[in-house]
Amino acid sequence: MKGAPVLEARHASRILPGEVPVTLVNDISLTIHLGEFVSIVGPSGSGKSSLMYLLGLLDVPTSGDILVDGASTKGFNHDRLAALRLSHLGFVFQFHFLLPEFTARDNVLLPMRALGTLSDAEQKDRANELLAQVGLKDHAHKRPDQLSGGQRQRVAIARALANDPQVILADEPTGNLDTASSAQVLTMLRHLVDEHGKALVIVTHDMALAAQADRRVTLIDGQIVSDEAIVQEAGVAG
Amino acid sequence: MMLVLDIALTHVRSRLRQTLVGIMGVATGVGFSVMMASLMEGSQNDFVKQLVDSLPHISVTDDRRVPPQQPAEDQYDAVAYHSLSVETQRRGIKNPFAIMAALEGWLPGTVAPSVQTKSIIRYAGRDLAIAVIGIDPRREKKVSQLATQMKIGTLDDLYKASNAIILGDGMAAKLGIRIGNNVTVTATGGQAIRAQVVGLFHAGIKSVDESQAYVLVKTAQILSAQTGLINELRIRANDAMSARELASLVEAQTGYRATSWQEAHEDLMAAFQIRNVIMLMVVGAILLVASFGTYNIISTITHEKTRDIAILKSLGFREETVRRIFVLEGMMIGIAGVLLGWVFGYLLCRGLGLVEFKSGFTDATRLPLLYAPQHYAIAGGVALFASMLAGYLPARKAASVHPVEIIRGAS
Repeated sequence: MKGAPVLEARHASRILPGEVPVTLVNDISLTIHLGEFVSIVGPSGSGKSSLMYLLGLLDVPTSGDILVDGASTKGFNHDRLAALRLSHLGFVFQFHFLLPEFTARDNVLLPMRALGTLSDAEQKDRANELLAQVGLKDHAHKRPDQLSGGQRQRVAIARALANDPQVILADEPTGNLDTASSAQVLTMLRHLVDEHGKALVIVTHDMALAAQADRRVTLIDGQIVSDEAIVQEAGVAG
Repeated sequence: MMLVLDIALTHVRSRLRQTLVGIMGVATGVGFSVMMASLMEGSQNDFVKQLVDSLPHISVTDDRRVPPQQPAEDQYDAVAYHSLSVETQRRGIKNPFAIMAALEGWLPGTVAPSVQTKSIIRYAGRDLAIAVIGIDPRREKKVSQLATQMKIGTLDDLYKASNAIILGDGMAAKLGIRIGNNVTVTATGGQAIRAQVVGLFHAGIKSVDESQAYVLVKTAQILSAQTGLINELRIRANDAMSARELASLVEAQTGYRATSWQEAHEDLMAAFQIRNVIMLMVVGAILLVASFGTYNIISTITHEKTRDIAILKSLGFREETVRRIFVLEGMMIGIAGVLLGWVFGYLLCRGLGLVEFKSGFTDATRLPLLYAPQHYAIAGGVALFASMLAGYLPARKAASVHPVEIIRGAS
């Protein structure tokens, strides 16, 4: 199940400058492998979101390094980081973060169009396929405000998968959803790991959700206090 | 890039009301700028045209720019002299017809001879100092608009009586003269003639209409008590604007003072320059104010889209791409506004063109307007630039926002 290392933090620290510098992430080393479902848990303010931003190349470590596919990103400028995000990483946030004026399909198309490796027709096909995968085949032409919270989050998942990234990073993906929608979203995410061999990192304070993962990393005050494998009983994830 | 265009179009379309306000803002600015420029330049051109038409473009006179050398100055070198009796020189241009023939050989325009005398016109016991100009009616038609300015009678009526005179209508009104009346014209030299009024002209410029009268060259020569006298050659250039250059050529060739209409109205030209500066400032101010409006609206739209910018950036859009989206939005609003503004400006001009207007100095009954493509181009260009800037500056700021700051704030 566990594949090659795909995302790695090496002694990564993130310190907010100021009169009193705030350490968000303190010297964390962490390796994520393909086919691995990792949950990052911890109380609020423990730095779990900050760690995810670092892993997701949305933020740059003050010191240390983030390696994508074994390659260092040290000293990369915004544009190079953006290019890596576009092709290698997919994001699902607590808030769906869809563009409100665009239809579900257009939202899913955005990363593909930005990357531009597929032809227009192929992009459309893939967007339809992804929406079908998340069960929103018939909602492709609806705008986010015409969709329910769970549906929006599923569109966001479809969008995160648009460029077939190796890693999906999710920050409280079920935080705003009811139990039924949460279960649906989680099943989908789980499916990505099991069927498509992707790496999934979920940041959450929901212990039930964290329990679904293969591995649980616990943060307190910006430091890893535990990193344990969870043995899943068959059928739990289903 | 199609994606950028798509996003920009979607933004602009989904904020229809704001977009329309933005477009209207640009359009108003462009429209009024065009109108002001058209009005200012139109009225100036109208005035210049009247001025140019009422006078010969170049007038070659027997005056000199430098006082003639006196014999005493030739004889003595370093002597101071007082109460020198200056040699009286015979007035007039020497060999006027030879000069005219020579000028007509190369000059792009036509030449007509005339005699200028200062006189007093007297009628019913009232006097008025006037300039009596002796003309050749056949040639005069080619060098001035006098023939078309005739209110009563024609230039050829000068041949009707032995001493015929054509007066400005303002002068006639002042003295109560009507066609057929006989007036006494006394030249500054003392010669007096009785002349019959055969026509009235209206040049549209008060000072001209009140102080100029036309007679035949022969009559003017009698008034000046000098047969064969021609003291002014009137030249009408084919291109009025080239008069200044032509005048210096004529002066170099003939040795006589050649005054272009620009030189004769140097003060007015200076006033026009000031007017132009004022016009530029007014039009510039309108454009500036309109640009601020444009800037305000477009930057508001951009600011409202900060979250979208964060989303696009987190997905992996480059800052440059994000900036382009908003510059494009500014341009879209700008282009639509400029196009609408051109139509608006044109309609404003058309509307103003219908307004009747009375002025005491000239007799334009309609506002003079100039329809010039460069007005549209300048107003449009400035507005477009402002719109682009209005998209660019806030977008530059917004695009450099760290997505994390927005994402953290939202969740």
